[in-house]
Amino acid sequence: MNTLVLWFHKLGSPPTFHRLAGALMPWFYGIAIALGVIGIYGGLVLAPRDYQQGDAYRIIFVHVPSAWMGMFAYFFMAANAFIALIWRIKLSEVMAMASAPAGATFTFITLVTGSLWGKPMWGTWWEWDARLTSELVLLFLYLGVIGLYHAIEDRRQAARAAGFLALIGTVNIPIVHFSVNWWNTLHQASTVRLLGPSKIDSSMLWPLLVMALATHLWFFGTLLARTRTGLLELDGGKDWVRALVLTDGTRAAPEATAITEQAHG
Amino acid sequence: MKPGSTRAACTALIKRDLILIWRRRGDAINPILFALIVVALFPLALGPEPEQLRHIATGVVFVAVLLAGLLALDTLFRSDYEDGSLEQLVLSPHPLSLLLGCKIAVHWFTTALPLLIAAPLLGELLHMDGPVRWVLTGALFLATPLLSLIGAVCVALTVGMRRSGMLLALLVLPLYVPVLIFGAGACNAAALGLPYLAPLLWLGAALVLALVLAPLACAAALRISLS
Repeated sequence: MNTLVLWFHKLGSPPTFHRLAGALMPWFYGIAIALGVIGIYGGLVLAPRDYQQGDAYRIIFVHVPSAWMGMFAYFFMAANAFIALIWRIKLSEVMAMASAPAGATFTFITLVTGSLWGKPMWGTWWEWDARLTSELVLLFLYLGVIGLYHAIEDRRQAARAAGFLALIGTVNIPIVHFSVNWWNTLHQASTVRLLGPSKIDSSMLWPLLVMALATHLWFFGTLLARTRTGLLELDGGKDWVRALVLTDGTRAAPEATAITEQAHG
Repeated sequence: MKPGSTRAACTALIKRDLILIWRRRGDAINPILFALIVVALFPLALGPEPEQLRHIATGVVFVAVLLAGLLALDTLFRSDYEDGSLEQLVLSPHPLSLLLGCKIAVHWFTTALPLLIAAPLLGELLHMDGPVRWVLTGALFLATPLLSLIGAVCVALTVGMRRSGMLLALLVLPLYVPVLIFGAGACNAAALGLPYLAPLLWLGAALVLALVLAPLACAAALRISLS
C-alpha cells in the first residue's frame, strides 16, 4: 500500500486520530484567536466608515463569516454523513455529529447579528425576508439533526439516522433557498463574490477575509475537540482508552476517566 | 398474477392495510375533525369580519391540512412496528421501496384524500372566494402526496421511539417549507387575480421527483432505524 493511502487509513483509526487531534487542536485555537483579534481590529478600527450605512455596517465582520460558516459546517456535516453511511467509517460519524452543534451556533450568531443589523438599516428586528427565512430553516434543520441524534439510545445508530437526515437536508437547502427567494426578498445582495470582482472596497474586504479564516480555524479546533470527546465516549470500553487513562493517569482529561468508568458500569 | 411475485405482494399489502383501516374506520374522520377545529379557532381569535377572514383563508386552510397530515403521519408505521410486521416487510425478498410506496399510497388515500375533499368546505367557513377554492383543491391535490412522501422518510427515521411527536414535527416541518410556500403561494396569487400556474407546476415537478426518490429514501431510513 502506498504511504499516503496507509497514512489515510491510519488517520481513520480512533487512537491515531485522538493523538493527532490533541496535538493539532491548540494550534487551530491559537491561530484562530490571533487572526480573530487582527480581523476585529482591522474591521472595527482600521476600516473606513461606510458612506451609506455609517458605522452600523461593521457588524458585517461577524455576520458574514458566521453565515459562511453556518453553510460550510452543514456541508461538512453532510459530506461526513455521506462517508459514514457509504463506507461505515466510525470517525466520520463522530465528526459529522461533532460539526452539528458548532454549525448551529454559527447559524444562531448569524440570525442574532443579522437582526441587530436589521434594526438600524430596515427599522425592524425581524423581517420575513428570503435570506433570513432560509437561515432560520437552516437552524431548524440543525436542531432536527441534533434532536434526532440525542433521541436514539445506540450512539452509532443515532449517528447514522441523524446523518441521513442531514443528507436529506442537503437536498432541501437549495430548494428552500430558491422558494423563499421567489416568495419575498429584501436582503441586500451578496457583496463578496468568488467569481468576478467583489462589490466591496479592499480596505473592508481584508478584515472580512481574515475573520472568515479565523472562524474556519475555530470551527476545526472545536470540531477536533468534540470529535476527541466523542471518540472517547464511543470507545469507552476499548483497550486504547484504558491504556490512555492508565499510562497518562496524572495528566488525562477527567472526562475520559469518568466515561471509562461509566462504560465499565 | 403469480403468487409470490412482487405484484402479488404489493396487492396483498394494499389489501391488508385497507382492511386494517376499514376495521377502525372511526379513526379516519380524526384528521378532518382536527383541521376543522384548527380552522374554527381563527375566527374566534381574530374576530368574525368576513373581509379579514377571506384575506387569510387560503393560508389557514393550508396550514390546518398540513398540521392534520403531520399528526396522522405517526400512524403510518406505528402498529406495524409494534406487532413486528414492519420487520417482516424489511426482510421480504421484494424491493422494500416499492412496498413502502404502496403503504404511503394507502396512507395518503385514507388520511389526506378526505382532507382534500373537506378543504373547500373549510374554505367556505372562512368566506373563501369561489374560484380560489378550486385552485386550493388543485394545490392540495399536488401538495398532500408530497407531504406524505416527505413525512414518511422522517417517520421511518423515528420509528422505534416512544414519544416521537415533537421530534417528528422538528424533523418534518423544515422540509415542508417549500411545499407550503408554493402551495399557499398559488392560492394567494389566484385570490389576487394573478397567474397561479407556475407554482402549481413547480409543485407537480417536486411531486414527480419525490414519487421516485422518497420511497427509496424511506427504505434506507427504515433500514437504519431497524438495524
